[in-house]
Amino acid sequence: MRRQRMPLRIFLILTLLGVQPLLHAESAEEKGQAIAAESIARDTGWGDMKADMQMILRNRQGEESLREIRMQSLEQENDGDKSLTVFDKPLDVKGTAFLSFSHALGADDQWLYLPALKRVKRISSRNKSGPFMGSEFAYEDLSSFEIEKYTYKYIKDEVIDGLDCFVVEQYPVDKNSGYTRRLVWIDKAEYRVQRAEFYDRKDSPLKTLTYTGYQQYLNKYWRPDRMDMVNHQTGKSTELRWMNYQFGSGLDEADFNKNSLKRAR
Amino acid sequence: MHQKLTPWILKHPVIVILATILLVAVVASGARHLVFKSDYRVFFGKENPQLNAYEAIQKIYNKSDNVAFIIAPKDGRVFTSERLEAIRELTEASWQIPFSTRVDSITNYQYSYADGDELIVEDLALEPLQMDQAALERARNIAINEPLLRNKLISPQAHVTLVNTTVQLPGINPVEEVPQIASKVRELQSQFIAKNPDVDVYLSGMVMMNNSFAEASLEDSATLVPVMFLIVALAIGLLLRTITGTLSTILIIIFSITTTMGIAGWTGFYLTAPSASAPTMILTLAVADCIHILTTLFHEMRNGVAKRQAILDSLRINYQPIFLTSITTAIGFLSMNFSDSPPFRDLGNLVAIGVMLAFLFSVTLFPALLSLLPLKVKPHKARGDLMMHFADFVVHNRRWLLPITSLIMVFIMLFLPQNKLNDDFVKYFDTTVPFRQATDFMQENISGMTTMEISLDAGKSSGINDPAFLQKLEQLSQWLRDQPETDHVNTLSDTLKRLNRNMHADDPSWYRLPDSQELAAQYLLLYEMSLPYGLDLNNQLNVDKSSTRLIATFDNMTSNEQIELEQRILHWLELNAPEYQVTIASPALMFSHIGQRNIRSMLLGVTFALILISLLLGIALKSIKFGLISLLPNLTPAAVGFGAWYFINGQVGLALSVVAGMTLGIVVDDTVHFLSKYLRARRERNANPHAAVRYAFSSVGRALWITTLVLVCGFMVLAQSTFKVNADMGLLTALTILIALAIDFLFLPPLLMKLDTHPITTTEGAIKDEKAKNAA
Repeated sequence: MRRQRMPLRIFLILTLLGVQPLLHAESAEEKGQAIAAESIARDTGWGDMKADMQMILRNRQGEESLREIRMQSLEQENDGDKSLTVFDKPLDVKGTAFLSFSHALGADDQWLYLPALKRVKRISSRNKSGPFMGSEFAYEDLSSFEIEKYTYKYIKDEVIDGLDCFVVEQYPVDKNSGYTRRLVWIDKAEYRVQRAEFYDRKDSPLKTLTYTGYQQYLNKYWRPDRMDMVNHQTGKSTELRWMNYQFGSGLDEADFNKNSLKRAR
Repeated sequence: MHQKLTPWILKHPVIVILATILLVAVVASGARHLVFKSDYRVFFGKENPQLNAYEAIQKIYNKSDNVAFIIAPKDGRVFTSERLEAIRELTEASWQIPFSTRVDSITNYQYSYADGDELIVEDLALEPLQMDQAALERARNIAINEPLLRNKLISPQAHVTLVNTTVQLPGINPVEEVPQIASKVRELQSQFIAKNPDVDVYLSGMVMMNNSFAEASLEDSATLVPVMFLIVALAIGLLLRTITGTLSTILIIIFSITTTMGIAGWTGFYLTAPSASAPTMILTLAVADCIHILTTLFHEMRNGVAKRQAILDSLRINYQPIFLTSITTAIGFLSMNFSDSPPFRDLGNLVAIGVMLAFLFSVTLFPALLSLLPLKVKPHKARGDLMMHFADFVVHNRRWLLPITSLIMVFIMLFLPQNKLNDDFVKYFDTTVPFRQATDFMQENISGMTTMEISLDAGKSSGINDPAFLQKLEQLSQWLRDQPETDHVNTLSDTLKRLNRNMHADDPSWYRLPDSQELAAQYLLLYEMSLPYGLDLNNQLNVDKSSTRLIATFDNMTSNEQIELEQRILHWLELNAPEYQVTIASPALMFSHIGQRNIRSMLLGVTFALILISLLLGIALKSIKFGLISLLPNLTPAAVGFGAWYFINGQVGLALSVVAGMTLGIVVDDTVHFLSKYLRARRERNANPHAAVRYAFSSVGRALWITTLVLVCGFMVLAQSTFKVNADMGLLTALTILIALAIDFLFLPPLLMKLDTHPITTTEGAIKDEKAKNAA
């Protein structure tokens, strides 16, 4: 294997050097956009997905807190994905379910089922930038990635953790975003996000997110086992652990409406 | 040693001068490492319990250092489209303030309401220019009735409002972070005023206070230090009538100051508002050595002694007294090391170093300079007669002077305990400082700057959603609101009550706490998902939702009142919520405790200094009896000074708690000079007490009142500082030194004449000296 890969890498480098003049016409913005498009293209067609997630919150004082949720998503062709989130822990929110139709532009449609109230409430808010369950992840960090949500600029190539990556800046289109930009490392081999740095409204470093333990499902789709978000300004951090990814469970639109919310637990 | 040193110096003055200049230049260059830390936290030692409690709260929740724009339209109307638009723009622009993490204003307040089964969360004034009169009126009513806003971000009459930015100072570069914020904030302020000339904007908040520490000190060094030099030059020039002597003295002072600050720079000191007054103090104290040397020198020269010999004589006579007085002054200042507050320890150490350096330069560089420079002596104008008249007055009236002065002293001292303990950090700045004006304006119109952060810990995960806990939280909040000092209470219970009402179609009868843990938890989950960046609940809840922070804002109070209120709150909690763990902390509380803590630690410091100084005096005066007698004039000035302070100001705090130790070392000097001359007359001249008092007056009386005059002038200049800590310290020190002189002149001599009735009992050595002289 190893002996084979070395010449391959050299070959690739030589090819890239060879096509460099041809690529010259491409601007940094176009290249950034192209990278994002390629990464979306490679993650298209998975249909539906289920996964369990654990969230561990930590503060500077060393306090810790655990959250557990289950998520399922349905891929949408020309719009953001639909997703249903069921909360299991802490126990006092057990059975609470959150339905979201995300849209590339404009406010998402959101409903929440509160078992204690036995009511579905529609949430009307432009805000996607607040913390998700008190964690260091904003809702906008977890919602589905759509090409229209950002404008792009390719910055450079860089090797991180042994992976050759594109470094691309992404500027949110939504003016209610909490960020001026994200700096994203995408590996060249599989177009997976390896790391993201978030810059706040005054363009100061705010958070860093690292993805680890990527695994491939259905021989095509890569999902991380772990995502670590560190807030540099507050010293708080959140660790996400993903488990039990399932694809192709046969979910359909009927599993993602207001009625399905109450049944979700 | 000095018997050999001085002649050598006089033989090689150029070498001495050049060597000193070289040495000073090298050491003083360290001053470039000196930086100013503008952070109120520097006032507290690492072990300070109030600081630690506060830091712990800040680690659990977010930090709460802030900058506040106080916006006051001249016509008193906040709720117009244009005004709200201006406030909205300022709110948005405030996100650009360095290190900002949160911006709160009436426009971005996250107003939640119900529309059927829809929960709507949005900015209270999202697009002000689109708002018609009805919408404006509605927003106004919501704002002034919302417990989160009323008396915190908006005045009840809606005529003054605040845009409050929370910042997280990384603390990596404390020297630049605060000024960086301040300059951005001022830029926004002037932009706002330029666009809205009919609106007044003031700046307050902890960051602006921190910034004022640095700015007040800088202003002091720019204005006070030159004035001090002028006063010193005038005082010496006029009183001793010598230009070259004055110039030499000023050179000694400059060298002492720059070398001290250089040492401070090399050894990693940083400057703070109190320690930045070290140069002013060194300036004042360094003068004394030179005055004593010059006085004797001129006295000798007037008596026809040649200059070189006069310098030798002067140093021989003065070497021991000025060494002794320098040491005692240094010990007095070193007693500040017992202080609980690091800036005062630094101040004490710096001044102690400066005083010892001044001594060193006075006995080396000073004679070298004097030997090179021309010195002219004018004939004596018999001004010494004045001192003799005064001595006669004291001797003649000794019978009533003693009881009368004692009575006056005791009477004034009686008021010492009447002083109120107060460290109100707002009042650390006088009313010419913009921060003080802004904060006073805020206090009059919206709320004070005194806050207390109460962290209530339910003791279990998600415990804040427990109805029993929430009920206690609500009771606590309500009880706090009932306290007369309270302006505002920011509490989670209000948010939950509002959400409960929202969830029931905004029916006012549902404005109450949810009755189950699940309901409370799910409301919060829902609400948290609807909040934008920076306006979340993480500043009120810990990550485990096991504890919550309530922030109460009060009128500005004295330290004692704050401590009393803290006790009242703790007492209420003990009675009503003993099951929950509670921490109360805030910068205001840190300051209100530090005065007390510092007074306690300084008492120990003063005692140590007193013992050391008394020992030194006993040895120097070669008499236990006179060592003991000296205690009275050394101790009483500070006590009388504090008594008199009751009539001047009546409030003591952090700064004044160090004055006793600091003045002790200074007032001792007068006693040393007076007693040593008195004893010399008794022992060497066999004078009776009356004659000895006259001798003491004639030989050192003049030097004493000149040095006292310079010291009092110096500390009175410090008293003009806009930074009240330094100003009060200067004023009380000046007062104490003046009282000390009065005591040395009016109380000590009658006391000596009363107690010292027996023939003098000198030590063996002294008697032998005397006999040898008599024999010769």
